[in-house]
Amino acid sequence: MSPGDIAWILISSSLVLFMTPGLALFYGGMVRAKNVLNMLMMNFFTISIVTILWVLVTYSLIFGDSTGGIIGDFSKIGLDGVEGEELLGAIFQLTFAIITPALITGAIAERMKFSAWVAFAALWSLLVYPFVGHWTWGDGGWFHDLFNVGAADFAGGLVVHINAGIAALVLVMVLGKRRGFGREAIRPHSLPLTLLGTGILWFGWFGFNAGSAGAADFGAINAWMTTQVAASVGALGWVVAEWKKTGKPTTLGAASGAVAGLVCITPAAGYVGPMAALAFGAVAGVVCFLAVSLKFKYGYDDSLDVVGVHLVGGIVGSLLLGILGDATFLGDGVEGLIYGGLDFFSAQVVAILATMAFSGVMSYIIAKAIDNTIGLRASEQEELEGLDITLHEERGYVLSETA
Amino acid sequence: MKLITAYIKPFKLDSVKEALKAAGITGMTVTDVSGFGRQSGQTEVYRGAEYQVDFVPKTRVEVAVSDELADATVDAIADAAHTGEIGDGKIIVTAVETALRIRTGERGDDAL
Repeated sequence: MSPGDIAWILISSSLVLFMTPGLALFYGGMVRAKNVLNMLMMNFFTISIVTILWVLVTYSLIFGDSTGGIIGDFSKIGLDGVEGEELLGAIFQLTFAIITPALITGAIAERMKFSAWVAFAALWSLLVYPFVGHWTWGDGGWFHDLFNVGAADFAGGLVVHINAGIAALVLVMVLGKRRGFGREAIRPHSLPLTLLGTGILWFGWFGFNAGSAGAADFGAINAWMTTQVAASVGALGWVVAEWKKTGKPTTLGAASGAVAGLVCITPAAGYVGPMAALAFGAVAGVVCFLAVSLKFKYGYDDSLDVVGVHLVGGIVGSLLLGILGDATFLGDGVEGLIYGGLDFFSAQVVAILATMAFSGVMSYIIAKAIDNTIGLRASEQEELEGLDITLHEERGYVLSETA
Repeated sequence: MKLITAYIKPFKLDSVKEALKAAGITGMTVTDVSGFGRQSGQTEVYRGAEYQVDFVPKTRVEVAVSDELADATVDAIADAAHTGEIGDGKIIVTAVETALRIRTGERGDDAL
């Protein structure tokens, strides 16, 4: 590996790691002021939990020798023998393993016990993420063989977004709604924080997608551009849709649309060109805007729209890749439906469904197990008073000298 | 003496302050408050979902004046805060027992 490649992957890893505090601000701005620290802390702490598990066990489960295409073995436990170039890969992949469970925190905002989150993040990182990670990116993972062409996931449409999105939906259903959901105005307390977080996510996403090229090469350049295009068009698409529907262009709409576009291009950033990325962003902006209203229709409190943005955006992106995927990038005659690639499209569909089924069921089991032992939910009083003061004995904003 | 408490639209504070100064008022206390009257709440939209917010932001202006100045003060505020739209606010006049200037110990109208 050239020094240039090594430098780029180290920088990309740092960019992706920076996304998690960015996500914390993105989410933190959207909760009420009494819960801002709890949201930041759930994200921040996830960095620690996942890192420790990663070096001890998780890396080996994904990148150890494959056991029937299902899961890696324990040969690389404690990063045994993982050095140099492989260690660089472990660094880069670690940052993805961190942000994936962190994405889930948006759905369960403002009502979950912190200890329950710690337990969920740890168990999910051990029992869910390594499987989908191994299937998709592990050497010998079974997604590689689907319909002889294999499913493709450039930077984490399946592993990160669909995986976290379906887990968020299931966890929310076990956890229940916030008190007042659908009745009271539960408003974002600081959209400037959310916009700052969006900017950090967007910035970090260049490491996520262009870094996933695995080298400082032309593929990374292309992925950078498709990422930028999809984010820009996503923001535009969402804002145009809401402007038409509600009469006003909003900052939260622009932020959400940019993230939707980024999510959608993630599985395909290195497999399509900039013009196809226009389609990814536009479809994501509009479809995700429509998807976030479903929670009111069906009565599940996905508080900050992890399902509407990450699950739906991830599915749309992975399907669009199956449709628009370009053999120039995918190689070996692997191409999307519009070029006649029915096998590749089918592989994408099966990979999406398998990810949703496995992550959904496992997340449900983990959520139930925690609920029946330490309990998932903060008490009514804790929820009403706010989790910052009751669970952390701190306040996000001390604006008064007296109270 | 009277305590005049006015609840006005926040963006009208500057015109009310100028009108009170012009009317010879030398002091006032201002607080950001929230509440509702006939205007009731307002609607806000986040990610396409409409939220009914029951309380709207208002500014509370408190002025203590001598009995002679009371009517002029009320008129000045009402005039300056008026837009004719719903939600212009209210003015409440309360009788005051006494007042004291802490620095000098002056009491009554002299303290105002």
